[in-house]
Amino acid sequence: MRQVFTLLAIALMIATTLQAQDGGRKIPAVEIKAMNGASFNTSSIQNDGNPIIISFWATWCSPCKRELNTIAEEYVDWQDETGVKLVAISIDDARNMHKVKPYVDGQSWEYDVYLDPNADFKRAMNVNNVPHTFLIDGDGNIVWQHNSYQPGDEHELYELVEKLAAGESIN
Amino acid sequence: MKQLKLLTSLFLFFLVAPQALFAQDEGGGVFDGLQIHGNFDVYGQQYNKDSIIGAPIVPEKSGINAFTNLIATKGKFTAGVRIESYIPPVQGFDVRYGNQPIGVPFRYARFAQDGLEVTAGNFYEQFGNGLILRAYEERALGIDNAFDGVRVKYSPYKGVYLKALVGNQRYYWQKSDGIVRAFDSEFQLNELITKLESSPLRVSLGGSIVSKFQAGGNSSLKLPENVTGGAGRFQLNWKDFGLMGEYAYKANDPTKSNHYIYKEGQGIFMSATYSRKGFGVNISAKSIDNMEFRSDREAGLNDLFINYLPALSRQHTYNLAATLYPYATQPNGEVGIQGDLIYKIKRGSKMGGKYGTTIQVNVSLINALNRDYYTNADMDTANALLDQQVYLEADPGRKGYKTNLLNLGDSVYYRDFNIEIDRKFTKHFKLKATYAFQEYNIALIQNKVSPNVVANIAVLEGLHTIGKKHSIRWEAQTLFTDQDQGDWIFGLVEYGYSPHWIVTILNQYNYGNKVEDLRVNYPTAQVTYIQNALRMSIGYGRQRAGIFCVGGVCRNVPAANGLTVAITSSF
Repeated sequence: MRQVFTLLAIALMIATTLQAQDGGRKIPAVEIKAMNGASFNTSSIQNDGNPIIISFWATWCSPCKRELNTIAEEYVDWQDETGVKLVAISIDDARNMHKVKPYVDGQSWEYDVYLDPNADFKRAMNVNNVPHTFLIDGDGNIVWQHNSYQPGDEHELYELVEKLAAGESIN
Repeated sequence: MKQLKLLTSLFLFFLVAPQALFAQDEGGGVFDGLQIHGNFDVYGQQYNKDSIIGAPIVPEKSGINAFTNLIATKGKFTAGVRIESYIPPVQGFDVRYGNQPIGVPFRYARFAQDGLEVTAGNFYEQFGNGLILRAYEERALGIDNAFDGVRVKYSPYKGVYLKALVGNQRYYWQKSDGIVRAFDSEFQLNELITKLESSPLRVSLGGSIVSKFQAGGNSSLKLPENVTGGAGRFQLNWKDFGLMGEYAYKANDPTKSNHYIYKEGQGIFMSATYSRKGFGVNISAKSIDNMEFRSDREAGLNDLFINYLPALSRQHTYNLAATLYPYATQPNGEVGIQGDLIYKIKRGSKMGGKYGTTIQVNVSLINALNRDYYTNADMDTANALLDQQVYLEADPGRKGYKTNLLNLGDSVYYRDFNIEIDRKFTKHFKLKATYAFQEYNIALIQNKVSPNVVANIAVLEGLHTIGKKHSIRWEAQTLFTDQDQGDWIFGLVEYGYSPHWIVTILNQYNYGNKVEDLRVNYPTAQVTYIQNALRMSIGYGRQRAGIFCVGGVCRNVPAANGLTVAITSSF
């Protein structure tokens, strides 16, 4: 048991030490897929100097769908007010990845959606489980991240997007 | 002890290095632009005695699985390590993870420049849908068949993507005896051919070759040491339509699981979609025969798979529908078809209501692949004869049986018909109703002596939001069946206080069990705290024995009673 606690303590220390780093990090370059099967390199995610939300989700993840369906209702306003773009990364594997496009269109999502069927981008972004949301500032730096979703979280997310759009720092 | 020392120094390095390195604001040091990031994931359980629910007695009284990933990047270079520990493994995970309490089973270095990427050490990979090759990590299932070797990815022209790899696979704290060598090519015609750049028709083609080597061993049979497989695939998209197909083939590969037959394996997977705003449909079909492909012919369970055969059924999320009778792919042979539809009734319409209504329907049908045995016997007799490892007179080539991918069998493996209706009634209230009919071949999938389980499942889920921060979510579920453990009822209430707190209370009750003593309640309470990427939860209660699956690959979760703690974070 003592070993476990030591391990936990060390892990927490590393986390807090490194958390301060969120700021200078760019989106890693990983080859994933567009929904039509085309190759897509994640380093080309950009939004003309406006903020970007990257949201990892899956068709089998209820809170993920709750989050993205909630944001979908407000997305047009968010875009008008801040110029933000949401990039949704589905981590569905071969079992479900061919159902992603029908689901996205069926829900009338306007997001940019990409497929990460073997979790390569998920690993590069250090995502443990979905939903996991990142905020990218106008210079392409990862400035904030959040795990899990519960109703109301979208308000906090949008407040941060507004700050970024206004050129304020959120750290 | 040596390992522990190494680990401690590693930890200290990563702890001190960033501060030391980032303190250098100016000057062009070697560490300029070096970034270190990672995550950790700790899951622990404490076990009480609870014989009525069949909880195994755990002498250590606790189990813990912990993972820490650290990735360092600098320009074109990336290096990473994963430290894992199992002290001892959480119940339900393979005990072989406990052979070493802590270690570094995953480490790699990578260089990438101008379409070339070279990785030395550990890596994951997937060709196409994975029918012939997929190395992946599914931590929740305890699956990690990563390669340890070298991989090169190269894109010589626009639209041409090549991959080549060689390596051994991870086998808990060891490596496979078998060596895997593989090559994959993919051609994106719209990128490759300038004329097609803006064409509404998008075409991509791909092909792979995978070969494994394993020494022959001491068997009385003459076993092939090199086994080669391959796959070809296409994907077409035209306007709102999409069509995808992959065919995989494996040369004869006698293994313990196929009773050492010298028969080739085959598999096909096809999927067609049509979707536009508010409507989407997907129809897919799959047929596989003798397609279990592992880097060790003696391996069982989920060990050392080179390929991945996705299950053709819906991945349910509600507890009773997801964990009692979930389908698991039968790699030695199955035929399946699935239809999936989503339709959103417009908001503001009479049917759709003020906020719109979403309907989803899914139908999955999976049967056996029919086989004609050479021995004129039934399957069990034929397999028993083959297990004696002799060459039978009626089957001198030890082919085992004859079949083809269209040879649909009568035996029902799985049926699922389900419908889900989701409607937002007011700004603050949503309701979702689900019905599912399932038929499940429990004899085949769970090795239980029982006719197929026929279950009817109904779920109602409500979500109320109060102000901007508070929410209440509840679930009421029932499952009715005359087989196995009989009827179940499940209830859950969850209070959320955004963005930090979630409190969940749930109970499930096996009120319909034929054995009166087993009509047991499984109450659980859990509190979760979230702070950005950090998520911590602590729970107490009873955990029902069940099956946890991802992608048609499953793990048995044993019954448990006690405390659970989970902490994850990314940085």
